[in-house]
Amino acid sequence: MDKFTVLTAIAAPLPEANIDTDKIIPARFLKTTKRSGLGVHAFDGMRYNPDGSEKPDFVLNREPYRKAGILITHDNLGCGSSREHAPWALLDFGIRCVIAPSFADIFFNNCFKNGILPIRLPREICDALMDDARLGANGRLTVDLERQVVVRPDGEEIAFEIDPLRKHLLLEGLDDIGQTLQHEGAISTFEAARGQAQPWQTRIVID
Amino acid sequence: MAARTLFDKIWDSHVVERLEDGTAILYIDRHLVHEVTSPQAFEGLRISGRRLRRPDATIAVVDHNVPTSDRTLPIEEPESRNQIETLERNVREFGVPYFPLLSERQGIVHVVGPEQGISLPGMTIVCGDSHTSTHGAMGALAFGIGTSEVEHVMATQTLLQKPAMNMKVVVEGTLGAGVTAKDVMLAIIGTIGTAGGTGYVIEFAGSTIRGLDMAGRMTICNMSIEAGARAGLVAPDETTFDYVRGRPFAPQGEAFEQAVAYWKTLAADAGAHYDKIVELRAEDIPPVLTWGTSPETVIPVSGTVPDPSAESDEAKRAQMQRMLDYMGLEAGQKIAGVPVDVVFIGSCTNSRIEDLRSAAGIVAGRHVAPGVRAMVVPGSGIVKAQAEHEGLDRVFLDAGFEWREAGCSMCLGMNPDRLTPGQRCASTSNRNFEGRQGPGGRTHLLSPAMAAAAAVTGHLTDVRELI
Repeated sequence: MDKFTVLTAIAAPLPEANIDTDKIIPARFLKTTKRSGLGVHAFDGMRYNPDGSEKPDFVLNREPYRKAGILITHDNLGCGSSREHAPWALLDFGIRCVIAPSFADIFFNNCFKNGILPIRLPREICDALMDDARLGANGRLTVDLERQVVVRPDGEEIAFEIDPLRKHLLLEGLDDIGQTLQHEGAISTFEAARGQAQPWQTRIVID
Repeated sequence: MAARTLFDKIWDSHVVERLEDGTAILYIDRHLVHEVTSPQAFEGLRISGRRLRRPDATIAVVDHNVPTSDRTLPIEEPESRNQIETLERNVREFGVPYFPLLSERQGIVHVVGPEQGISLPGMTIVCGDSHTSTHGAMGALAFGIGTSEVEHVMATQTLLQKPAMNMKVVVEGTLGAGVTAKDVMLAIIGTIGTAGGTGYVIEFAGSTIRGLDMAGRMTICNMSIEAGARAGLVAPDETTFDYVRGRPFAPQGEAFEQAVAYWKTLAADAGAHYDKIVELRAEDIPPVLTWGTSPETVIPVSGTVPDPSAESDEAKRAQMQRMLDYMGLEAGQKIAGVPVDVVFIGSCTNSRIEDLRSAAGIVAGRHVAPGVRAMVVPGSGIVKAQAEHEGLDRVFLDAGFEWREAGCSMCLGMNPDRLTPGQRCASTSNRNFEGRQGPGGRTHLLSPAMAAAAAVTGHLTDVRELI
């Protein structure tokens, strides 16, 4: 996983609420056994006509937003399916940071696992950042994870909250499985104690 | 110790270690695996040289991609075939128990788990699928995870989690004729909204919930995620224990009795704190359905399509108008009487034997309306066999329904069962998002009985007119 430290990028405004993960990546594109290559299908229904041509009005089809690294939306981004293909598709498109007033829980988690920083900010701030984003290449935002601020084009800094553990993993680009396996002893002890206290715990074995 | 909720008790009993910032290493009892969200996780294990820690706590099935037609024929779509074959290679390599396509025990992962006694009260259960919340009906903490977390569970049998907040949804009273668990859950989602449960685990309680059979409780918990909650649960009681008793992977004999004694301690303590409580009266819930492209767009079947001009928030107004345009509906239009092209009875929400009995009760002696494609897709091979044993297949086939093999089918448009653009579907599934059942498809979520009513009349219909 790539580290996330400081990102300066074009931000794409997508002022819609409840953008579900079926919208981010429809199920028919989930047949891959890889994590890469989904960017071309990101937002398929919003981005392409049925004949495959681009919808010219959709923000990610317009310059300079084709190169957006940040996406700003309204409430409840990523609701619905748990598919991690949603952050994979965003990442493959080039999005490293998503900003919204609120996120669906599973999508929020999935972003961190892929080096995407999800930032919760109040609706009116998201709207102000969307106004910045509408300036296109002149409206680049900087996201500084170490300092926990979003820097607007005029230099104003907006602070955001992030869980310390998640911040650490993102800054270092760490895989949390390795982290957890350092607690292997505790897991084994727990497992053994549980097996003794609850002898009815069954094992799944198919002959 | 302070009074605890059902969620608190299950959570506490699974914490391996608390990290400094409040994150817990949470032990996972059951990991359910399917073909769509697992290949990258198995690949991750292989690349890092890690083993799958507890194959005996893991079960794999194929469900999302599988065709629901003749199983003896090869799978035509090469990508679907590849994903299924990849799972089969992975379960062999890592020694994971697996119900293959031709096994009677194959089916939708959220139907199979409880049916086999793999999902039990008091457990933590995860799967790379948001509808894992279904298993909460057993009185388990069950939630969906992404593929990175699938790999994390495979490697460590744990997850890094922060505790959720507690919400209680209380439904009291007696349901009216033609009103089912699906109507109750849609009414709840219509009340709290699709983000109402974000950050919470919802415990469903009250006399109405207690009175539901396990299939009904599974329908309720299944759609918790449609209210934004990762998990929903119902305290285990005699209904639960009767359901679990004798299932293949459930504890048997003396072990079962010991387990029941423990499961009885899981219900919330008197005075346990809930961060939010929502109350509904069963008598206030009519048969309902959705009109738009979000599961919260719930209206009574006797109602009319809402008017965006009555909405003051500009963004919401635009969104409502977009939904109306997509759905091909007009503001103020009566929802009953809108013609349907397809009726889908199935999915992890409503494909259990009880659901099929409910639909068959409406269909018996009637016929599918001309021009309507109606299909029944049982949730597992075992549900299918049980239905055939009861003669339900004849009821559906004689009425002109298709009687298909088990799988996710038309719930999500990733197998051959899909809507074509503009087609309108009365569906017992869980999501009505744009394109969910196929690009351009229009979905109305409703109960199996209401779906059956739509099939025989050819339009959205108040099921109470047919009972």
